[in-house]
Amino acid sequence: MSAAIETSAPSAPARRARNRALARFVRHRLALFGLGAIIVLVLLCAIGPYLWIYNDLHIDIRHRFAEPFMGAHILGTDALGRDLFARLMSAGQVSLTVGFAAMAISTVVGTLVGTVAGYFGGAIGSALMRFVDAVLCFPSIFLLLALAAFVQPSLFSITLVIAATAWMEVARVVEAQIRSLRERDFALAARVLGASDAHIMFRELLPNAIAPIVVASTLNVARAILLEAYVSFLGYGIQPPTPSWGNMLNNAQEYLVTAPWLALLPGLFIILAVTGFNFVGDGLRDALDPRLDIT
Amino acid sequence: MTRFLLRRLMQSLVLLWLVSIIGFAVLHLAPGGPLAEFTLIPGMTPAQLKLIAHQMGLDRPLPVQYWEWFRRMLVGNWGRSYRDSQPVLDVIAAHIGPTLELMVSSTIIAVVLGTWVGVLGAIRRYSVFDYLATVGAMIALSIPTFWFGLVVIYIFSVKLAWLPAGNLYTVGNGSFLDYAVHLIAPSVVLALVTIAIWSRYLRASMLEVVNQDYIRTARAKGVPERTILFRHTIRNALLPMITIAGLQLPTLLSGALVTETVFTWPGMGRLFLDSIGYRDYPVVMGILMFSAILVLLGNLIADLLYAAADPRIRLD
Repeated sequence: MSAAIETSAPSAPARRARNRALARFVRHRLALFGLGAIIVLVLLCAIGPYLWIYNDLHIDIRHRFAEPFMGAHILGTDALGRDLFARLMSAGQVSLTVGFAAMAISTVVGTLVGTVAGYFGGAIGSALMRFVDAVLCFPSIFLLLALAAFVQPSLFSITLVIAATAWMEVARVVEAQIRSLRERDFALAARVLGASDAHIMFRELLPNAIAPIVVASTLNVARAILLEAYVSFLGYGIQPPTPSWGNMLNNAQEYLVTAPWLALLPGLFIILAVTGFNFVGDGLRDALDPRLDIT
Repeated sequence: MTRFLLRRLMQSLVLLWLVSIIGFAVLHLAPGGPLAEFTLIPGMTPAQLKLIAHQMGLDRPLPVQYWEWFRRMLVGNWGRSYRDSQPVLDVIAAHIGPTLELMVSSTIIAVVLGTWVGVLGAIRRYSVFDYLATVGAMIALSIPTFWFGLVVIYIFSVKLAWLPAGNLYTVGNGSFLDYAVHLIAPSVVLALVTIAIWSRYLRASMLEVVNQDYIRTARAKGVPERTILFRHTIRNALLPMITIAGLQLPTLLSGALVTETVFTWPGMGRLFLDSIGYRDYPVVMGILMFSAILVLLGNLIADLLYAAADPRIRLD
């Protein structure tokens, strides 16, 4: 967040604007709650597996379907007697990694497309934006499945596929920003001084469009985690034995009667992570872009 | 008006053409391809595979294949399913009914509940209800639809046994009531996201209308608050929601696919998932095109309705 704001010169008005932004952010308690949830989840998934007494792959068929909160397996065990808490933590590593990586890729692609389209406008701009419109005509899960089903599923390919269905919003936001910034005096000044197109696009205009990009990419992490869950639940995402929050729910429907916790718990982890990023994204929007404040 | 309609139709057709190229590229550039299914048959020789590829026209250059498909698609020949050789349009037609019924009933639920939550949130701004509605909407948007479906099945089918856990109807019972009972759970599950979005946008729209001069005028004239709310505020706040409703179609279709999977609802979403499993390219491509047409048509109709409902909007 600070990186986003410090792009403006540290003059007195800018400092005041920064303080106001921070105040709004702090006031947004939900955003702080979201940030807390994300930090706890990330730490839990990153460190937890090394500290927890059970290994996520250890099969113990005699203790299968152990209920949560009843014994040593704090969140119970699955159909093979694997410790659910251990599995949720290592699944979290996978799901969060996919979420962050897909966000990074989709942000870079969306920013590139949006910047080029907004800066050049004309035929190039409208061709790129019509392409964005066309991809948005597909319901996202349909496109996601069509892509995911026909590639060899791996952590990397699933990340790419999710990014491929999530970059369009960023492109739209950036395109609108760049198109209006292009007409400003400082852009004209840079052009008069003989700066290259690339310099104007990426050194002059883009730094001024960082705020909405930060907001959009935060919300995109939430979206990417959800999309991973969907595609893995439907069987075309992360493949077992690698656990992910989505594929842990893949067989859960069969056990809904006998072992409902197998369905409930991974879902709660997904919701916690996704709500966390949505709350932070919403808070950042309030803090960075007061014009969008509709409350 | 006519000019607007013509221009929008042209734009939509260009977009559809792009959609068809993207869809075709996604399916045909992927490794494996339509032949993958046949390589699994035991004893299949490379020569036989080559023959199949030739007979399916897969050995021709991709642009030629695309042109052949595109040319036929324009005249309503969307190819035949690889699975059972039925015409693609017939296959889609056989599955679209349950999906549309699901989408319509969930939209009705979402509009009724979303309007109630949105209006109440706006007139009691910053109240406990408003705060809960805001947080609730954000959480609702973070819940995976399939997980919510599983929770609903667990509570209402497994624990309480009030509702069936899936399917269109009970075998041997063709009554409308039986069908309606089966429709409840999937509709509510699908409606969740739309309720959240609808209530948020309506609340914002209400707050905008409340500050308009004509509301102040009505109040100054001594019009009762109730009348102002129901006759002036809500009605005007609902106008821009027509556009929002149109924009929700892709989300609704995505949600329908997931909901149909959880509730074994034999609609277009399930058909898509099954067709992907069978690598039934013509049907997959057909559904992609069909849903894009549905999305574009939805947006166009929403724009026209908006113009018809609000005379201030000029379409030209």
